[in-house]
Amino acid sequence: MQIIRNQRVEEDTWRHAPDGEPLAAGQVTVSLKRWLEERDTLIARGDVGVRLAPADELADLLADLPTITLIVLEFPDITEGRGYTQARLLRTRHGYSGEIRATGDVQHDQLSFMQRCGVDSFVVREDRDMDDALAAFGEVSVRYQPAADDETLIFHRREQG
Amino acid sequence: MYQYDNYDQTLVNERVAQFRGQVQRHLDGKLSDEEFRQLRLRNGLYYQLHAYMFRIAVPYGLFSSRQMHTLAHCARTYDRGYGHFTTRQNVQFNWPELEDVAKIMEELAAVQMHAIQTSGNVVRNVTADQYAGVAADELEDPRPYCEILRQWSTLHPEFCWLPRKFKIGVTGAAEDRAAIRLHDIGLELVRGEDGEVGFKVFVGGGMGRTPIVGKVVREFLEKRHLLTYVEAVLRVYNQLGRRDDNTKARIKILVRSLGIKRFRKLVEAEWELSRDDGLELTDAEIERMQGFFAPPDYQPTAEGAAELEQQVAADKSFARWVKRNTRPHKVTGYRIAIVSLKAPGAAPGDLTDTQMDGIADLAERFSFGELRSTHEQNLVLADVAEGELQALWEGLKALELATPNIGTLNDMICCPGLDFCALAKASTIPVAAQINEKFDDLDYLYDLGELKLKMSGCMNGCGHHYVGHLGLLGVDKKGSEWYQIILGGSASNDAVLGRRIGPAVPLDEVANVIEKILTLYVDLREEGERFVDTVHRTGIAPFKERVYADHT
Repeated sequence: MQIIRNQRVEEDTWRHAPDGEPLAAGQVTVSLKRWLEERDTLIARGDVGVRLAPADELADLLADLPTITLIVLEFPDITEGRGYTQARLLRTRHGYSGEIRATGDVQHDQLSFMQRCGVDSFVVREDRDMDDALAAFGEVSVRYQPAADDETLIFHRREQG
Repeated sequence: MYQYDNYDQTLVNERVAQFRGQVQRHLDGKLSDEEFRQLRLRNGLYYQLHAYMFRIAVPYGLFSSRQMHTLAHCARTYDRGYGHFTTRQNVQFNWPELEDVAKIMEELAAVQMHAIQTSGNVVRNVTADQYAGVAADELEDPRPYCEILRQWSTLHPEFCWLPRKFKIGVTGAAEDRAAIRLHDIGLELVRGEDGEVGFKVFVGGGMGRTPIVGKVVREFLEKRHLLTYVEAVLRVYNQLGRRDDNTKARIKILVRSLGIKRFRKLVEAEWELSRDDGLELTDAEIERMQGFFAPPDYQPTAEGAAELEQQVAADKSFARWVKRNTRPHKVTGYRIAIVSLKAPGAAPGDLTDTQMDGIADLAERFSFGELRSTHEQNLVLADVAEGELQALWEGLKALELATPNIGTLNDMICCPGLDFCALAKASTIPVAAQINEKFDDLDYLYDLGELKLKMSGCMNGCGHHYVGHLGLLGVDKKGSEWYQIILGGSASNDAVLGRRIGPAVPLDEVANVIEKILTLYVDLREEGERFVDTVHRTGIAPFKERVYADHT
């Protein structure tokens, strides 16, 4: 399957294991619940990512962040907004430097906002045109406020000339 | 007023191009109706009963003559020759074609206007005291802070998919004319214990089907922390606000279910962690913004006041307008003029393209080229020299905009109702006409004193019925239109929800029922007592008895 990573279309190497099913070989993600239940085994196995639902608490995962290379945020539909805060806090407050991926009802018009909050890869809905989605990132170049990106508050920029 | 720089202009231009792309993808079948809906709402584009409705932002109700001319041009070119001013100080066009909307946006962008975030579950247009900067009872002009909030909240990547819409209102005056206690966040500029000016922060107020008066979440917030604190509130709300039920998703429901103490604790804890994240404002940044709202070049003359005195003495009709439709200005020699959009026979809040052009010209001549829209759906020319009031009045008369009824029963707030709105259960405009017809004696209206009538065509409450001194709520009863009567509400400093007096009455009977209520009020009132104060003193029981006497 293809995904967008760092604004390029790439082949995805991850698989996503439903709860209760054995893990396939290679890179695989599990739900937060499973991670918490099988934590030691999964850390020993390596190559495991964690999927976060919108209502999942980041607090449960904080201690393990350095061992996790991928966090998948789920957006069941376009109106779901909690993942934006999850991403931003993972990046800016908890210093997570691994990959953050958005999945679910993810398309063109959310990508730039998600990216600004710290998401770096996107599973764009299968019925969507990838090239079309890639064009989304540069649509609005002016950013008034900082997020999990390099932007500064617009008023600071004006004052500094 | 605020002037766009290159950042602001680029943003609105790019936003227009982005919208054009979205329309194209929709027309190409790449965006479903529902997907397109979510996107177009964030640019103020609704689909209503008969057509698209396009809501344009008027940040904190302030706009220029030039912008008003553009609105007139758009009303003429892309609509049916009129526009509607809303309780959020915005403007709506009711009949644009989808194909034209991007063009309208382009015309707006050319005069530093936009429609960004006038709908959708985002931070909406920030509203303010309509007399900001000119009111004598003002501690400080709230508009610089409104503009700071506008920019910070525009396309905020973290908060573009909130549980529900989010409204912020700001005032710097002693009298709350911005209904800040009925906002998701209300901000009042106050003086702190050590003399420093900052904000008192209210949270969790709102109208809608569950009206709630906001609570104080923070007694004093330093100005430099305006954005850090508001962002902390938004973040708590974005994470914890309900998303399973649209009718329970506003922050007021979260605050109510947690209790203000627990909510405050969560916000303070979040703020502790995020207040150094780069949103703190410096004095220089605030001063720079204040510079955009500096007072115009007032030149009061002693002759002006004398002239006005003579004119008032000579012309009863003009005197009446001055008394009803003007307010004191903080600068001696000037008055604030209110332009009533509640002429008998007109839909409340509506303005034709000709009137728009005309009033833009009058603002140019008499009020430094600036206008304001109010949440009570009128317009304001805030800086009129006393000696020029009569010329302004003549001009307004020619435009049929000089009805001297501000503050009276007929100066009502009124949502568009069933004539335009897909959500409405009852029509409102015919009820407004009915009331106007019944109460056409200005002297009687003046004798009734200040009376805030607010009418909504459904329980979503766009007409603020629960905080009207006299509120009207349209309901549907087996396919016919009825109205509930609500008494004793207030949206000001003493904000309180009104109480329903009993079963709904048929639409045709509304004006008759109001007449019964007002007749009783005149009997009951003490010397100089306003309607709402009488209701609070006597309770609703006598009114209920009078209204339903024949039916029980």
